[in-house]
Formats: sequence, structure tokens, C-alpha cells
Amino acid sequence: MSILVNKDTRLLVQGITGREGAFHTEQMIAYGTPVVAGVTPGKGGTWGVGNVPIFETVHEAVTATGANTSIIYVPAKFAPDAILEAADAGVPLIICITEGIPALDMMKVRAYLDTTRSRLIGPNCPGLITPGEAKVGIMPGHIHTRGRVGVVSRSGTLTYEVVYALTLRGIGQSTAVGIGGDPINGTSFVDVLKLFENDPETRQVVMIGEIGGTDEEKAAEFIATKMTKPVTAFIAGQTAPPGKRMGHAGAIISGGKGTAADKIAALQAAKVRVARHPGEIAEMVAERM
Amino acid sequence: MKLQEYQVKRIFGQYGVPVPSGDVATTPAEARALAERIGGTVVIKSQVLVGGRGKAGGIKLAKSPAEAEEVAGRILGMDIKGLTVKKVLVDPAADIRQEIYLGMVLDRARRRVVVMASSEGGVDIEEVAAKTPEKIFSLAIDPFLGLREYQARDLAISIGLPKEQFAPFARICQGLYAAYMGCDASLAEINPLAVLGDGSLKALDGKMVLDDSALFRHADLAAMRDEDDETAEEREARLNGLSYVKLDGQIGCMVNGAGLAMATMDIIQFYGGAPANFLDVGGGAQADKVAAALRIILSDPNVKAVLFNIFGGITRCDEVARGILVALKEVERQVPMVVRLVGTNYEEGRAILAEAKMVTAETLAEAAQKAVAAAAATTAAAETPQHGARKGGVS
Repeated sequence: MSILVNKDTRLLVQGITGREGAFHTEQMIAYGTPVVAGVTPGKGGTWGVGNVPIFETVHEAVTATGANTSIIYVPAKFAPDAILEAADAGVPLIICITEGIPALDMMKVRAYLDTTRSRLIGPNCPGLITPGEAKVGIMPGHIHTRGRVGVVSRSGTLTYEVVYALTLRGIGQSTAVGIGGDPINGTSFVDVLKLFENDPETRQVVMIGEIGGTDEEKAAEFIATKMTKPVTAFIAGQTAPPGKRMGHAGAIISGGKGTAADKIAALQAAKVRVARHPGEIAEMVAERM
Repeated sequence: MKLQEYQVKRIFGQYGVPVPSGDVATTPAEARALAERIGGTVVIKSQVLVGGRGKAGGIKLAKSPAEAEEVAGRILGMDIKGLTVKKVLVDPAADIRQEIYLGMVLDRARRRVVVMASSEGGVDIEEVAAKTPEKIFSLAIDPFLGLREYQARDLAISIGLPKEQFAPFARICQGLYAAYMGCDASLAEINPLAVLGDGSLKALDGKMVLDDSALFRHADLAAMRDEDDETAEEREARLNGLSYVKLDGQIGCMVNGAGLAMATMDIIQFYGGAPANFLDVGGGAQADKVAAALRIILSDPNVKAVLFNIFGGITRCDEVARGILVALKEVERQVPMVVRLVGTNYEEGRAILAEAKMVTAETLAEAAQKAVAAAAATTAAAETPQHGARKGGVS
């Protein structure tokens, strides 16, 4: 077991002929992910990298190949449409890698998705990986190992850093999920924590948050009231000044809210062990093995 | 991206929000001409992107065109919280009976645009929120239905407006919402929305912050960017596709990925140092981007050491290493540099950097400790009196 993606994943790539899309499709196939279809409007009927058949629309691709997961690599201008198209075609799991989607577009997209059965991961995220089974994203596959620690994060490279430290200590991961750094996304910390709590393979969870918003505070409440598995956390941005966007569109302390100190206090009140720096995370997890 | 008050008022006007009939001036003579056109008493308002302009002396009344010229002359060139006033807005002075607050913001937790109104306008709304939160009324707007008239009426009742003002208030709410959506704002505020002596409503001050991610579809708005909105370094960073925020510390940081960049700053502080900046070179950084990033970091005279932390994924360590070498050739300043390369092509990257005199590290903790030590050593060396140099200086 694992969460969201596994060996039964049948992946569709939206934007498969773009530079990023083509490169990462090759990487995902090399990892062993079953990529069954691609979509690029205007290029239907041709073949993409790895001899993946390309379709004009997501609906066509799903009908022809039984794709059950879609990953989106299209530019920000077109990404909201790509997400909606996948949802309209009934794809149950949609992962959007694209960074820079206007916030008001995401507001509408998310409001629409809430009326469908589709789950969106991202946008502005590295994707997710179940080591040894499926890599649906842009993360380097080789730093992961199969195991029992669930990882959920708002960041990309910081997640790699933590996963790699776990792997070096011989601690494997069940699934590592990047939920993305935007202010409005498809899947929250609580959503992923719920899935890990219910996944028999996952024994403990690492949660990597950052400044901005209140998603970590909500996670703390969930952990305190609903979770039995231990959680180790880290919050990035303890030295970030207020009012300045720290790279991610969602990483900003505004009106004195969303500080690392608030989030750390909320997590500690929920009896979550909070690492002081990323290097401590793997140590804390190891102590609980 | 923040807009200046005069730009915001122009936008409000286009969306049917009543605004004063003033305009912007860059010289005292222009201010005088505007005051003549407007007639009567005018208010001269400095146009700078900071709060507290009034307290700083950047907003003054003028009773005649001659006084307007004189007042504008004093305000133009004034320094307000580190920003130089280059423009003033000349508006007719208003006969204010009451000051209301009306604002809209994207509420992340509710995933909706939320409209807020208060009878306590004209002051900082965060102060009102802290002291008398019961005086702020808010409601969430459905993204598909928009702000409905009945919702605006509810707000009008909540803040105690008389019924003859329900309709004009609703029109202003809907106009502000249309401006918010039309410009892809992340914040739009009228403070104060004044009830004038004749009972009419007017937006006497306005604030808008736009979503940078949406500027690709608003070339007209993007062109309004004020140079005060960012420092020269932030501007160069933006034009190079880098995220950069200047801080007060001594250790410059170059990292790929926003989360890792924040964590790198945090660990520097954990080991007793202070980060000089946040800098995310982004995914798949090419050599020229890395070189630009290093130039920006080293343009800060406070920087006593630089820490490179690259976790290769899409970003290739050899590409970053090449960028560092290119930049080192261009930049004259010599500060100690600590490099940590992990992930894709890290061996090639380390080989490329072997010729440059750089300290290397395996882990982030090790890199941070070495950078903190290097910065401390540079600072100590600079503070130690060097007799030879002193003598040279005296003679």
C-alpha cells in the first residue's frame, strides 16, 4: 500500500510535447511509471517520447487508454484550462506542476473541482512518488527508497533534501507528496495526513510546511484530534521578514499572520515534534523507528 | 505589485467608483495649474508606496493655487520612510461627514474573495481589527455569482448607513469588486470611503496590490510598476527570473527552490549567523542566471561570505558550477564562498569548481557552519587595525 499513486497508476501527460513535459515524461518512464497517453492539442495521432500515443483531448485519451491520473506541464496561461479539461473527462487524480497560475484562476478552478470527484495535487508542486512503483512528478527518483514513512510538503527541493537524508539513514518512504507553494491549491496537508493515517503501510509521517496561510495550523488540529501515527514537522521561513514573498506565491507573512513561530507553536501544542533545522528531521524519524 | 494612489483612483473611476476630480503633478508649477483648474481648497498628497504619509507630513491642504505650488514644492523631494517623493496628487479638499472602510482581499483559508466594511474608516484597518473587531463586517463572495446587491445591502446595514445610501454603496461595492477581478488584484481598498456633506459617497484614498502571476494578461497594468515598488537588486533579479529578497545579515545565499532557500536561511541563523538575502535561482538554472544571481548577492556590501546550496533535480550541478565560475571572473569582490552540491551531476560540478578556491561541504548543516565561520573571520579581519594601512592613511 501507499497513497494516491502506485503500480496501478495509468498516467496521462498533458503538455507531453513541451520541453519540460517531454523531458520529464522520459524520466518518469525510465523510473518505471506506466505512462499510457499524452495530450497536446494539434498533435493528436502522433507519438511522443517513449512511443506514447498523443491525443487531441483528455476525453479521447482517457477513453482510448483508461488513464486514471493526469500530470500537467503546460504553461501557466493554459494550465487552468488543462486542469478543468482533465476534471471534465473524469480523471480522478490530477497533478499540476505548473508555477505562476494567477490566484483568481485557481480560486475558480478549485471551486469547480469541489463539485467534481477529481482531486488536484498542486499547482506549483514537484508531484508525488511512491518509491519503486510510480514517479508522477519532477523529483529525482533515485534519492527515494521504498519504506514506511509518509512525506508531505509545500516545497520541492526541501523535500528532496529531507527524503535524501532519510534514504541515507536507510529509512524508506511510503509516498512523498508535494502539495505545492501556491496560496490556493487542490490538496491540503490535512487531506494528505488523512490518507497517510488510513494507509496501513505508513507508520509515521514527515510534514514540511512554510510561512504563509494557516494550512499547518489546521494540520496541527487534525493531528491532535484525529491522528494516531506520529508526525515530525519542519517549518521553513523562521528568518523570513513580514510582507515579503519568499519565492512561493503562498509564502508570505501578511498582517502579522502566517509566521513560522505561530505554526511551530500550534504543532508543538498538538504534540508534534518540530525539527529546528532540516538536518534534525531524519534524526527524529530514526528515533521513532 | 503595488499601485500608487493616483493610479488606483484612475482604475476606480473606470469601474464606476466615484473618486475626486484631481490629478497627479511632478512639479510645483503643475500642482499650481491643477489647483487653479480644481478651484477652492485642495489637498496635496505625496505618492509613495508606504503607509503613514499623513503623519510624515506628506499630505497637506492648500487654500490657493499659490499655496498649492508652495506646498507641492515642499512635499516633492521629501523623504518618507526612505522613499523620495517624485509625484503628488492634487485633489479637491472634501467636506467629510463620516469615514467608512471598504476592502477586498483573497482569503486563502476560505478560497474566496472576501469583502470587508467598517464604520471606522480613515484609520489603519488592522488597528480596528485588533482593538474593535466587532466593528468590521465581512462576507465571502461566490466566484461564479460575484458580489450580489443584497450582500452589499447587508454590509450597508451592518455598518449603519442610512437607507438612501444603500444603492450608491452597493454600486461602489460592485464597482470595487469588478476592479478587483478585472485587474487580478490580491487586495483592493477604499479607505476612507467618505460620506460627504451633501450625503454622497466618494473614495478619498485607494490602495491596490496586483497578483504578479497575472500580469502577463495586463500589459497596461504591468507598465504602471513604480520604481519604488522594488530595489534595484530586486528589479535585476525579477528581470533575470530570480526570486530575491534582501535581508540585513552577512551571509549571502544562493539556493535552488524557495523552501530550501528559506531553510538555508534558517539554518544559518541556527548556527549563529545571519542571512543577507533570500535567493531562489529556480529550477533548471542556467549558467548565466547563476552569474546574475551572484552579481546581485555581491552588490550588497554587508555580505561577508556566500553559501551556495544546490540540490540537483531538474537543476544540474555542473551547469550551476559553470555559472559560478563565469560570475567569479566578472566580479571583483573577494569574499569566502562555501559550496554544497548534491544530486544531478554533482561530481561534474565539484570537478569544475576544484580550480576555484571554494570551501566545499557535504551536508547543509556543515555548509551553514562553515559559512558562519567564514563570515565571522572576514568581519574580524576587517575590524582588526592593520598598522601598515593606517600609517599609509595618515601620511
